[in-house]
Amino acid sequence: MAAKFQGVDFYGVDGVLSEEERAVRDTVRAWVDDNLLPIIGEHYVQGKFPKQLIPGMAELGLFGANLPEQYGCAGLNNVAYGLIMQELERGDSGVRSFASVQGALVMYPVFAFGSDEQKKRWLPEMASGKVIGCFGLTEPDYGSNPGGMITVAKETKDGWVLNGAKMWITNGSTAQVAVIWAKTGALEDQNSIRGFLVPTDAKGFSAKDQKGKLSLRASDTSELVLQDVRVPKDAILPKSAGLKSPLMCLTQARYGIAWGAVGAAMACYDEAVSYSKNRVMFGKPIGGFQLQQARLAEMLTEITKAQLLCLQLGRLKDAGTMTPQQVSLAKRNNVSIATDVARETRRLLGANGILAEYQAMRHLANLESVYTYEGTHDIHTLVLGQEITGINAFN
Amino acid sequence: MRNAALRIAVCIKRVADSETRVRIAADGRSLDEAGVKFILNPYDEFAVEEALQRKEKAGAGEVVVLALGGPAAQETIRTALAMGADRGILLQTDRVPADGLETAKALAAELKAGGPWDLVLFGKIAIDDYNHQVGPMVAELLDLPCVTAAAHLDLADGNGTAEREIEGGVEVVEFPLPAVITADKGLNEPRYPALKGIMAAKKKPLEVKPISPGAGGVEVLAMTPPPERKEGRIVGEGAGAVPELLRILREEAKVL
Repeated sequence: MAAKFQGVDFYGVDGVLSEEERAVRDTVRAWVDDNLLPIIGEHYVQGKFPKQLIPGMAELGLFGANLPEQYGCAGLNNVAYGLIMQELERGDSGVRSFASVQGALVMYPVFAFGSDEQKKRWLPEMASGKVIGCFGLTEPDYGSNPGGMITVAKETKDGWVLNGAKMWITNGSTAQVAVIWAKTGALEDQNSIRGFLVPTDAKGFSAKDQKGKLSLRASDTSELVLQDVRVPKDAILPKSAGLKSPLMCLTQARYGIAWGAVGAAMACYDEAVSYSKNRVMFGKPIGGFQLQQARLAEMLTEITKAQLLCLQLGRLKDAGTMTPQQVSLAKRNNVSIATDVARETRRLLGANGILAEYQAMRHLANLESVYTYEGTHDIHTLVLGQEITGINAFN
Repeated sequence: MRNAALRIAVCIKRVADSETRVRIAADGRSLDEAGVKFILNPYDEFAVEEALQRKEKAGAGEVVVLALGGPAAQETIRTALAMGADRGILLQTDRVPADGLETAKALAAELKAGGPWDLVLFGKIAIDDYNHQVGPMVAELLDLPCVTAAAHLDLADGNGTAEREIEGGVEVVEFPLPAVITADKGLNEPRYPALKGIMAAKKKPLEVKPISPGAGGVEVLAMTPPPERKEGRIVGEGAGAVPELLRILREEAKVL
């Protein structure tokens, strides 16, 4: 077994973290070492989300950790929140995804767009893991273009009736409540998109796990079908208004993903370094060969750059000046380099690299999903292109 | 004692993480602290956890953590506060005495001033100097009974029972409270400092008291790293290599 993970910190980033940021990181790191890493390989191979970890994650305060204490959350700053995501994804992207969805895509919209009553009712239960949520935005035919969605909510005398289908929904079959985004007006009217809190045991609501995934295998991904699902009037998130609202949620989640990807890359790099020192070929450790050294040098360089991006992005978020485009840049870059680091680690490990006993191939397969979800790499390229030129190249 | 509020003091130490690679400083008799990660001494974690569980069980009381060390030891105290301790006291000095008795004297004086306590807990050993000294010395200085390396603890009606893992078995000892207990592995499963606890720790009282401990009768003359382990060698493969392996283990390594 490899030595305990000590982090990757070539540029002394630890020195600019506050004591509590480091303490948060160390707590999650220890928890991941003790609870997640020993079981993740097996769960991944079996295609099971390690549900048994939910109470422990809740007890640590990992859900919605950057939301205020009055709702039972930890009230951390965004750098500490990012470090949580980094450490969780050092374990596995699927487990980080679980926490991202619960915190950034379910608790955040309740916090940002919910009524006081909704916040008081849902947030403490979600922070304590008693209620698990999912986020229904993407549809079978509307991925990169969520504004085209065809899920609708019609107002009735005493509430709403929802119809539609959602796809690629993390936690879909585990959740007790779904944040469903639907059009309340004409299909061409993106401004009529509103969020609804829909209990998953409502009549007409069904969730089916998507089978055959070769990535994020330790995470539940589901298809949701809503057929004449009736919810009361107060199921609507009153302050949600148009496509902008779900996109704001995605900005929160992508922020965490930018950090998470660094964690996955660190896990791989750590494995690559350890393997390269121990694996002997042609009479010396393979780390003594130039080709492997080039791999390692490239990995360390990219991880260090990604780490610095995250830190500054977090400081901007805490200052309240972070833009969605800055998040796009970090998500795009960090997931891309993490995928490269995972692939190069897989290769450096030779045949061992394909085994679940090692981490690289699992991370590599996971990161291919992360590359695509929450705004594909290509879409973030266009976001940046538009930011640079002022010209929309989406359609 | 039953359901009465418990006052528990836990003495803790900031030590270099045994997982980090430590270097010896230029003076040849101390550690180079640059780049070294420092942690709450792992045996002290058992002591903190035990104190918290005792207080939780009693339903009321106070857990106070004490440390002797430099300003950075505040961070270690805050780790214990994040786990749930109520307040901390740092006896601040730039040099931790090499003589355990000097540390014990300073801690005992503070404990005496802040007492009375129902329990005073320590880790059985600090993983940096491996002295096993300070807990029992404090007990002597305070004239309290002392149980070292407790792996199990029961308290009832002003008395305690502790189990100690000794060579080949378990020793059970009884003692009256108040007492000094040093904690061994197995006493409990220390909790992780939860995120809310980390945030709360910032607001808990942490008193810093400058002290000037004596040098005592012990001086560190030199520190040297352990010798590099020699590279292994492959004797052969398969059953045919066993006799040669046995010969080497017997004659060269002398372990059989």
